[in-house]
Amino acid sequence: MTAMAVNHAELAGVQQLTFAKALTLAMSDSMAADASVIVFGEDVGTLGGVFRVTDGLQARFGEERCFDTPLAESGIVGMATGMAINGMRPVVELQFDAFAFPGFEQIVSHVAKMGNRTRGNIRLPLVIRIPYAGGIGGVEHHCDSSEGYYVHTPGLTVLTPSTVEDAYVLLRDSISSPDPVVFMEPKKLYFSKATLDLDALRARYTPASERGGANAVPSSIGHAAVVRAGTDATLIAYGPSVAPALAAAETAATEGRSLQVIDVRSLVPFDDETICAAVRSTGRAVVIAEAPGFASMAAEIAARIQERCFHSLAAPVLRVTGFDIPYPAPKLEQHYLPGVDRILDAVDKLQWEES
Amino acid sequence: MTNHPEFLEHPGNAALLAGRQGEYLLPSAMPVQLITADGTAHTGGKYKQNYPLPDAATLLEGYGQLVLGRRINEQAGALVRQGRMAVYPSSFGQEACQAAAYMALRRNDWLFGTYRDTVAIMGRGVLPMEVFESLRGDWHSGFDPYQYNTALPATSLATQLPHAVGVAHAAKLRGEDTVVLALCGDGATSEGDFHVALNFAAVFHVPVVFLIQNNQYAISVPLIHQSVAPSLAHKAIGYGMPGERVDGNDLAALLSVLGSAVERARNGGGPALVEAHTYRMESHTNADDATRYRSSEEVAQWAPKDPLLRLKKYLHDAGHLGSAEAERFAVAADAVAKTLRDGMNTQSTPEPLDMFRFVYSEPTPQLREQSSLLAAELAAAQEGSVS
Ligand SMILES: Cc1ncc(C[n+]2csc(CCOP(=O)(O)OP(=O)(O)O)c2C)c(N)n1
Ligand SMILES: [Mg+2]
Repeated sequence: MTAMAVNHAELAGVQQLTFAKALTLAMSDSMAADASVIVFGEDVGTLGGVFRVTDGLQARFGEERCFDTPLAESGIVGMATGMAINGMRPVVELQFDAFAFPGFEQIVSHVAKMGNRTRGNIRLPLVIRIPYAGGIGGVEHHCDSSEGYYVHTPGLTVLTPSTVEDAYVLLRDSISSPDPVVFMEPKKLYFSKATLDLDALRARYTPASERGGANAVPSSIGHAAVVRAGTDATLIAYGPSVAPALAAAETAATEGRSLQVIDVRSLVPFDDETICAAVRSTGRAVVIAEAPGFASMAAEIAARIQERCFHSLAAPVLRVTGFDIPYPAPKLEQHYLPGVDRILDAVDKLQWEES
Repeated sequence: MTNHPEFLEHPGNAALLAGRQGEYLLPSAMPVQLITADGTAHTGGKYKQNYPLPDAATLLEGYGQLVLGRRINEQAGALVRQGRMAVYPSSFGQEACQAAAYMALRRNDWLFGTYRDTVAIMGRGVLPMEVFESLRGDWHSGFDPYQYNTALPATSLATQLPHAVGVAHAAKLRGEDTVVLALCGDGATSEGDFHVALNFAAVFHVPVVFLIQNNQYAISVPLIHQSVAPSLAHKAIGYGMPGERVDGNDLAALLSVLGSAVERARNGGGPALVEAHTYRMESHTNADDATRYRSSEEVAQWAPKDPLLRLKKYLHDAGHLGSAEAERFAVAADAVAKTLRDGMNTQSTPEPLDMFRFVYSEPTPQLREQSSLLAAELAAAQEGSVS
């Protein structure tokens, strides 16, 4: 099996990659650049992870830098905390959204609070990777959108990519961050593909000493992206909901309505500037997320827009989110997930009569 | 028996295995004791096992540390009664465990303790007022853990134990000979993280020594409601590491047992679990009322087992503790007590805007906004009070 593992070091130039492979490359390149980066979790070693995201890392970097742990998420996060205290940069995988919960106490009581508690003496440069969200026909506990718990916890950085390029960029930036990052990976995107120029991407991470005076590319942390231009209304989405938002915009365009689409990318820190500028430019906004809407990230985004952009708004900010129910069984999830029709219905309700 | 390849290959462990004939991971039948409650040293037998009595100089230094620890506990109790600090979880009666914890370690080793381990943390060199700053309510911490290789005292039970494993694991990967000593109480052994940490420590074969201070109670709940295991030290065998029981009021035994566990861990022998039998002589904290759940007769039974009394008697009888030494120890302890009194009597004004400074390496735009809001409120209040 190891013989078949892709040699990450030799992957270069323009390549077609899956989202999962882009994540692997981000870890692999970070590990090659910095000996303190280590990867561990459940099944991440020999198997390469249940989604194969850590495929080949153990073969390339050895069992000391990529290894399996006993099954205990609080142990994975707790040990990572101790290793980060003592000079390492752990990147840990918690196998599924709902199986991260045994590690929740460590995340909330220690990972999030350590920097503040110690007046900045201890920073925890660790990344907690969590595959999340649905749309894959998964059984119970395998499809939760759990980002709300993490974004509600001060001290955590929470990122979620929606494109193959961002899978690489956001994960590398997370690994370089001095602060702990909860890195939420939409699992339905793992096998999506795109063509990337790896040399150009890697050049962004060339160490200062080898950049010959060129400036470093700023971190993606804290920055939303406008992923489709539009003038009539703004759709704000992240992770697994960016694709339906883009699809809705595409359909709307055929009906003569120009929708702008924002990918939030960085849930914490939140990019008020980009998002408010976008909403002010269109005057209408719909927030889209898979998680139950009550007291959620989508609720926070809607509230912030309302507070900051009230005088530019032509209509109330609407939300299209999951229902306030436990994630449903596979045959029912199509009714739960925010899809194109529900998004367009919300857009239709944005009080267009005066225009 | 443990199946860890590194465990089996380690020569020290092979000897252990031979010595205990298959039961080598189990604690000895009786808690290890080297000096009896009335100050006599065992010369052999079931209490002593093969543990050597530390030399006289070490015991004398240790006695000085007990005097200091006792003085700190007394002074903190007084400060609480005077309303100078809100809460103090006292280690009165547990000073031998406290002293042994730091005496067993080198400077570059790490100590992970709890709210009850103020004395042990000070023993690592942390300045008295640095330890007491959090008790005064200024901030959740008062010292830089890296300066002393000492973690901040943990208040969420057992959660510090996986961190101890991680610190040891990182040291092991870098080939350093750091040992980590991780403390917890008897009640904390019921928490999931206790199990998780011992299992991870054994599986990764890392240099951590776990010390349980079994002071018989978790607030009001006696040990029988936490566990019906033959002893807490017996839990070790379930993880594949050796367990040992020790008289937690006998500093000599603690130093010997912890010393050998620490040395073994340093030499690659892997983790160990030590259970110290002691007693919490005071209430859980000053906010607690121990008379609601235990009798004064029970407490009185422990008074003659006091860790200071027996070592004092032993050292005195052996001619090692003269009045000059006793005086020196008392003066040193008084000086620390005075530092605490003076420090706690000084007004402190923590900086409100610090609340936003350390949450992230760089405050987020949202925190900068909130910080400005509070700054404006403070400025307005200042103006109001001036005019
Ligand atoms: C996770 C958690 N649950 C409950 C508490 C509240 N609490 C503080 S101390 C304590 C008793 C702990 O007893 P033990 O571990 O024996 O330590 P001791 O206080 O006796 O030193 C409890 C229940 C806590 N701090 N953390
Ligand atoms: Mg106790």
